[in-house]
Amino acid sequence: MGILVLLSIALLTVYFRESTGGPLHRTQGVGAAILRPFEVGVERIARPFRDVYGYFHGLAVARSQNGRLRAEAEHYRQLYIQNANALHDFIQLKKILHYEEGPSFPTDYSPVNTRVIAGPPSQFEQQVVVSAGSNQGIHRYDPVVTPAGLVGDVTKVFSNVARVTLLTDDQSAVGAMNLHGASGLVRHGASPEGTLILDQVTKDQVVYRGDRVLTQGSLAGGLPSIYPRGIPIGTVTHVGQSDVGLYKDIQVSPFVDFSSLESLIVLVPKVRSAQLP
Amino acid sequence: MVADAVKAGAILFVAALVQVTVLNRLQILGGGPDLLLLALVGVSLLRGSLFGAAGGFCAGLVVDTADLGTLGLTSLVLTVAGYWIGRYGETTGRDRVHAPFVSVAVVTVLASFGELVLHFMIGDQVSARLVLLDALFPSILLNLALTAPVYALCRRLLRPPELAELSTEVRLLG
Repeated sequence: MGILVLLSIALLTVYFRESTGGPLHRTQGVGAAILRPFEVGVERIARPFRDVYGYFHGLAVARSQNGRLRAEAEHYRQLYIQNANALHDFIQLKKILHYEEGPSFPTDYSPVNTRVIAGPPSQFEQQVVVSAGSNQGIHRYDPVVTPAGLVGDVTKVFSNVARVTLLTDDQSAVGAMNLHGASGLVRHGASPEGTLILDQVTKDQVVYRGDRVLTQGSLAGGLPSIYPRGIPIGTVTHVGQSDVGLYKDIQVSPFVDFSSLESLIVLVPKVRSAQLP
Repeated sequence: MVADAVKAGAILFVAALVQVTVLNRLQILGGGPDLLLLALVGVSLLRGSLFGAAGGFCAGLVVDTADLGTLGLTSLVLTVAGYWIGRYGETTGRDRVHAPFVSVAVVTVLASFGELVLHFMIGDQVSARLVLLDALFPSILLNLALTAPVYALCRRLLRPPELAELSTEVRLLG
């Protein structure tokens, strides 16, 4: 037992101290590639059971969702007409101004659709493993989304697998804004339900409950943002401020359901410009 | 001995894969079941501390490799957990009906605490409230609910040792 404990500590120490290209990391990559078929197999066996659970869970909440979705559909129909008008004006004005901008989402990115083969390992690490890697053109820091919105970014890449750190992880932070121009950082919240917070929004900025929050895509701290502008993140569910705090207290409910991620889209830039460390 | 090692290895390997691919995504009342820990309890109680420690180490390596986590972290926690459960089985609890339940409840708490400390030591930002207050109680309940079937399956696959095969490490002196 003592030998195994010492071996574990030695592994932990060497792995923690070496670079991502070190021998233990490489060995882990090979091991992950070997385990991948087993994981895919288990995932396929479990899928029918998960689908049955999802079906009955969906039935249970369908009635309450139906009324809410009908009201939302009506609201969005009106919004669509207004937005189509605004988009037409926007395109015309951009042409007139010869406006230059960076890579835009989603036209300047190639999507790599991939399956999640391993869920978050523990409460401490909000990371998932996907069954696509550098062979599919994925690099570290590539943004990851679902059709609903932003999920996170790629933090570790091997040939056929990659690790995605979710937005709900302690280490994640995203430059974000609402449509009134207020900007801040979206980070994980303290609650276990996956609520996010929009931090560092000064009190003079305008944020309302129900505002949509999007990625800002601008430079922060001298580094280029890894996320293109305009990826939906979530909806503001609470806005408050205290007399002593420098910033507003804003909670954001993410569009993505982080508890049931099955397939993800890694956005691979068509042209890689800046090299991140 | 070799057949037992192969069976125990297969149980822990399958449990580790199911844990990583399926159960880690389940959130019930803020917590989740830990099938690998339950399988380790079964193997350790039925086959002793040596199997427990070695099985915990190898299963931890599988988990850390499959989820691309910090190599050695889960191994360390599961090695200690497997050894402790094995010793408990060898010395006092193997034949008692409540032994798997006691082991699961205690080891769920200790493993959560151990992981918390290790993550803190390697510099991860960890929320003790989330792990020890919000998620721990539901996790214990879910693990206890699954203890009986998982232990019965382990018992079926790993026949309990005969009296003559039991460990002789504990001796009465004097």
